[in-house]
This record gives sequence, C-alpha cells and structure tokens, in this order.
Amino acid sequence: MPTVIDTVSRKPPEGPQSAAGRVREKAKGTGGLYQPRVPIYPKLVHGHWRRIKWALLIATLAVYYATPWLRWERPGALPDQAVLVDFFGRRFYFFGIQLWPQEVHFITGLLVIGALALFLVTALFGRLWCGYACPQTVWTDLYIYVERMFEGDRNARMRLAAAPWSLDKLWRKGGKHLVWLGVAFGTGGAWIFYFRDAPTLFVEFWTGQAPIQSYLSCAILTATTYVFAGHMREQVCIYMCPWPRIQGAMLDDHSLQVTYRYDRGEARGPHKKGQTWDGRGDCIDCHACVVACPMGIDIRDGAQLECINCGLCIDACDEIMDRVGRPRALIAYDTDAAVAARARKAAPVYRLLRSRTIYYGVALLLVSGLVGWGLLMRPVMDLHALRDRNPTFVRLHDGAVRNGYTLKIANRTFYPQRVEVGFRGLAGARLRAPGEPAGATLTATIPANEVRAVRVFVTADPAEGAPESLPAVFAVRGAGRVFETRTTFITGTGAPR
Amino acid sequence: MLERERDDHTGVETTGHEWDGIKELDTPLPRWWLWVWYGSIAWAVVYWILMPAWPGISGYTKGLLGQSDRAAVVRELGDLATQRQAGEAKLRTASLQQIEADPELQAYAMQVGQSVFGDNCATCHGAGGAGAKGYPNLRDDVWLWGGTLDEIRHTIQVGVRSGHAQARGETVMPAFGRDQMLTDAQVTDLTEYVVALSGRKADAAAVGRVRQTFADQCAACHGPSGTGDVARGIPNLTDAEWLYGPDRGAIRDQIFNGRNGVMPTWEARFSPETVKALAVYIHANAGGDAELSTPVAAAPQGSAVGAAR
Repeated sequence: MPTVIDTVSRKPPEGPQSAAGRVREKAKGTGGLYQPRVPIYPKLVHGHWRRIKWALLIATLAVYYATPWLRWERPGALPDQAVLVDFFGRRFYFFGIQLWPQEVHFITGLLVIGALALFLVTALFGRLWCGYACPQTVWTDLYIYVERMFEGDRNARMRLAAAPWSLDKLWRKGGKHLVWLGVAFGTGGAWIFYFRDAPTLFVEFWTGQAPIQSYLSCAILTATTYVFAGHMREQVCIYMCPWPRIQGAMLDDHSLQVTYRYDRGEARGPHKKGQTWDGRGDCIDCHACVVACPMGIDIRDGAQLECINCGLCIDACDEIMDRVGRPRALIAYDTDAAVAARARKAAPVYRLLRSRTIYYGVALLLVSGLVGWGLLMRPVMDLHALRDRNPTFVRLHDGAVRNGYTLKIANRTFYPQRVEVGFRGLAGARLRAPGEPAGATLTATIPANEVRAVRVFVTADPAEGAPESLPAVFAVRGAGRVFETRTTFITGTGAPR
Repeated sequence: MLERERDDHTGVETTGHEWDGIKELDTPLPRWWLWVWYGSIAWAVVYWILMPAWPGISGYTKGLLGQSDRAAVVRELGDLATQRQAGEAKLRTASLQQIEADPELQAYAMQVGQSVFGDNCATCHGAGGAGAKGYPNLRDDVWLWGGTLDEIRHTIQVGVRSGHAQARGETVMPAFGRDQMLTDAQVTDLTEYVVALSGRKADAAAVGRVRQTFADQCAACHGPSGTGDVARGIPNLTDAEWLYGPDRGAIRDQIFNGRNGVMPTWEARFSPETVKALAVYIHANAGGDAELSTPVAAAPQGSAVGAAR
C-alpha cells in the first residue's frame, strides 16, 4: 500500500489538531512516564449515521432493560421468566429452550458463533460492533447525551471546564454526575433481574430481602458503568479492550471502513467563498470531523487503532460539504483499495467475496448449523450407568451373580416421566430395585426437570465358561423414546467358587 | 545516558534500543494506570490493618476484623451439628423400616452410614463391604446372623463373641482335627461330604463312609441336611457362600482348626442413631430385601448327597 498521507514532510499548520495529537504534544515537553487523560469534547452532529446510532441506542437499551420482564409460561413451580440464568437452580432458561449445566457447550457454541459473526462483519464492513453495538459505545453515547443536557455542546463544555468554580458550574457538574449515577444504578439494577425472577427480586431488592449477590452485582455494575462510560470512555477502547487489536487482523484493503478519501480531499486548506476549487482538494481543513470524534482522533490520518468506525465524522463532514457546495462523502464508508485506485485515476473495485470472508462465512454457517442441529436434536432425557466397582460383583446363595448399578436418569422435560428400565446382552438377567421384587424390567418415575439416581441390581447365572466381563446395554424407555447406554456385566467366572 | 530519539510519525520518544532495525516507542502510560497502582498500595495498607498480616516473635497482628480460619472451622463445625440436628432427631424417633420408607431420611441415613462404615467397618469388611476370607461379605444375600434391618442392627450393637453380655456366637465350631476329636482320614472324608452338600462333584465312597460321622458330629448344629441355623449363626453348608473359602483345602482347614469369627460390639462407640443409619446403609447395599435374610436351601445341592445315600 502506498503511503497515503505524508505527515513527515508536511508540517502541520498549527499545533495539534486532535486530542491524540495534543497528548503527543504534551508528552514532548515533559518526557514523563505517565500521561494525563486529555479530555475529549465531541461535538453533536446531525445526519444519517447519527440517526442510526440514536435508533440503535434506544433499541439496544430497550432490549437490555425489558428482557428480564418478559414472561414465559412454564408448568408447575418452574420459573415463568422468559430469559433467566438461574444459578441457584442451575438452569438457564431462554424462552422455550432450557439448558442444564452439562449443556454449557451450547453457550460455548453461541460464543463461537458470535466471534465468527464478528470476524465476518469486521472483514466486510469494519468495526461495526465497536461503532454501534458495543455496550461501551452505547453507554458512552448516552452519558455524553446527559453531559450535553447539563453542560451544552462542545464549546460550552470546554468553556465550563476552563471556568472557575461557581454555583452555575457546580449545579451543572453535580447534576450531570447525579444523573450519570442514576443511569449507572439503573444499568446495574437491570442486570440482576436476569438472574432471579424480576418482579419478585424488585420487591426483595427494595425491602432488603434480596440475596447479597444481587446487591453486590448491582453495586459493581453501577461502579463500572459510571467509571467506564462517564470517566474512562475512549480509554477503555484504547487501553483495556483487546478487541481493537484483534480486529486489526480481520481487516484488509477491501474492508469497508470510515475512510477519508484523500484522493479527493488533498491538498487540503482553507477555502474562501468564491475562490476556485481547481488545483486543490475538497478538504477545507475545518476540523469538523476532528471535533465530532468521540475517540479524539483525526480520521484524515488514515485507519487507526483508536477509530471505532462510528461514522460521526461522516455526518460532520457531509454537513460542511453541503455548506461549501461540494459533493458529500469526502469521508465515507469506503475501502483503502478503492481510495488508492481513485488516487491512481483507476476505477475502484469492491470485493466482498475474498478468501477471508469466504472462510469466515463457511465457518459461521458450519458452527451455526452444528449448534442449531444439536439444540434441535438434544435428547429430552439422558442416561448414564455407573457400575459398582467395589465389589464388582456379588455371588448370591444360589450361586447366581449380581452386579449393582446406579443409573443417572436426567429428565429435561417439564413433566414427570415414568421410565421402564431394561437390560440387554445377558440371557435371563433379572432386574430389581432395592427392596423390590425382581423382574425382566423395572420402572421408576423421574420428577420434572431433575436427575434421579436409580439403583438397579442385575442378577444372572452366567454359563461356566463365560468371559469375566460381558458387554451389555441399559435401555430406558421414557418420554416416548428409548435411551440406551452401554455398560458391562462382571460374571465372576474368574473367581473361585 | 542514552541518546533520546524522537519518532517522526508519532512524535513520541523511542526507548533507544534497536532490534534488527525495529525500534520501540516509549509511549507514556496513561495516568489512571498510575492511580490503579497507588490504589493497590493503599489497599495493601488497609488489608494489613483489617486482616491478620504481620508475623511477630510470639504471635502475629490479628487485624481489626478478627478474621481467623481456625475460628471459622470451629464455627462451621458448630453449624454442621446444628444442621444435622433435624436429621438426627428424625433418626432417633423413626423405626428402621420408617427410615427406609422415607426417601429423604433414607438418603440422610445412607450418607451417615457410608461415612461411619468407611471409618470403622471397612478395616475388616472392606471399603465396599465385600468382605474377605473370614470376614463376611455384606453385599450378598447370605447372612450368618440374619439380614433383616433389626437383625443387622442387633449384630452391630452386640457384636460376635465380643465380650458383650448379649454378644452373639455362643455356639462355636470345634477344632475337630487339632483337638483330635476326629482322625485325619475322617476330616478328609467330611470335606468331601461338605463339598457334596453344596451340589458339587465329590468322592461318593468318602461321602458314604462319613455319613454317620456327619450325623453324629455336625448335624447337631448344621442340621441333618447341612442348612445351618441363622438364629445361632450356624453357616448353611449347602449354599454357594464360603466364609473361609470354597475349595477343599479351605473347607478341610476349617473342619480341622474350627475358626470362629469375632466382631466387636459397637454399642459403646456409636450412638443409637448412628447404629440405625449404619444398619440402613448395610441393608440397602445388600439389596434392601427382607425375604432373603434367611436363605432357603437352593435346589441342586442335595443331589450328590442324595445319590450317595
């Protein structure tokens, strides 16, 4: 890739232009090991992407706050909350799906799907997640909105920060922090409802009856929301989040990203009304894109680690372009390859189908299919046989041989299941539960949504020369199906008699 | 001093080191990072004050919160005892049969029983209760002293030849050979007779020779057909169970030397509730059935003896 913007030979006209630039400036003189955070005062923009971001902000927050209150009827004493992570009962409920701790691989599958989807989206369209859907971005956006309500837009905020303390500054700053804390508490407060019946917990919470975990989780979420969205903001993305680094590996020259089209913009410079646009670029160096940036960078420096691809600079620039009468999209979602092509006066080529997008897509389809298939096909009952190991067998008074087994039968349905246990692979085997008469099969009832250990004694008269251990199968008929598990029967023919 | 070099692109100083042409930027750490570090130091000081921290010559600083793992263990043991009270109370009042019929109480008794069995009984009977030569198998359906819940409890309480006033095992097996009550040849013939009793192939001539001796010496306790007597702990010679081994050598050895097993009394060591739990545990592990506590003579045995008759 050619050097897109020559920052070495071109001296910046006047001081640092972005917050990041100001940081560098500040570090120059001091040579200190630690740098203070340089506050960023993003200016409100209006436009296409800003509207999408507002809509997504409302949608994501609505989903977050409303989900725990959705009801979903389940039989008996089972919880009626649609989405519930029940740690005490060790169950995860998601509408019609119910997962047990043993099925945590579905959660793993879901995370893998999420990761692959993120890979694919990033390879195609850049850091859409970071710019629009990440909780850090959404809550920071919300916090900046609150900040603007109290302190005004960028310039007013900067003035207020520089102003000496006054009653006006006190109430503006104090009010902002109070509302921030309120939002933070609401965030932490909503979180805990995912882990306990929401209406019950609501009452418990305010009457001091809720479990200590609820109060602790709420306090931790309140603190992290307030600190991350109110104070840390872009620093979370730049210093704490590993994702920007990983996403760098997903991107290539054909990924759509928020891009400054330098082929059109350079050479930049101030432009007076009436002056000619010949022999110069469309960028009038107004810094509208810089002041709008919540990450404090200058998009005209090219793709950067800090850039979350939120598109606010696009809206900011479009507004200016409209005003100066130049076409929009000097900053736009575009690919490095297309911009480079235009710079060479060649036709830009967009390639959505690339080896990496194909790999990610195929992997995503495979894993989604696998998880979906597993979820549809997962047995409603589960069977495990644990054979007694000490003693491995017992010889009875009449010379017959008895093996003891503990069957673990899981009933994942919401109704009690009557099961019939059979044993295959051993002629004349007799089954009995402790204290019950023997028979060819035995029955047991497994309560709804539980695992039961069923003790089974299997007695048989193995032939004289039978091998010491015989393969056998436990077959359990229940919930309209037959579930089988393999086991062995120790014949004891090796022992003296 | 290193020559400080400034990177043109970023305006940040480099560390001054170079690895194969690659230089590293000396980007300053964010200030909040430093605060986290200061915070950690402050937290450490708070921790010293609140928690046990510094060792001294004769002790250590206890900390304001009075945290002590030792005290926590004592407290938890106390909690455990409180927790168990309900279960213990139920064990005390319920009959053995009631315990077995109540799944919850039975599960509790099984837990207590398993732990007590492992600590006390496993030494002789084995961790799984399968026994060993001379130590009865507690998992099968053959019970020298009876296999009902009450019989098992009684055996645990008084023991066998334990010195307890009501100890079981008044009847003993004489050492027919060692005490020269029978000749070596008679003992050998009796061995054949006992083998025949359990339905196995035996020397018919020997069986015929010793029939009267069995009737005179053995039948008094073991019964004319060798089925034993559970009330007195007399083994059944016709079943497949052999306390001292099933082969001829082991049987002959037992007739010759007449060993008599001993089991201690546990009445003084276990509370009645513990004995109940243990009885329930042993009974359940053996199959939990009442009807086979006195095994009936199985079909095949008499045949060889009958043929020789």
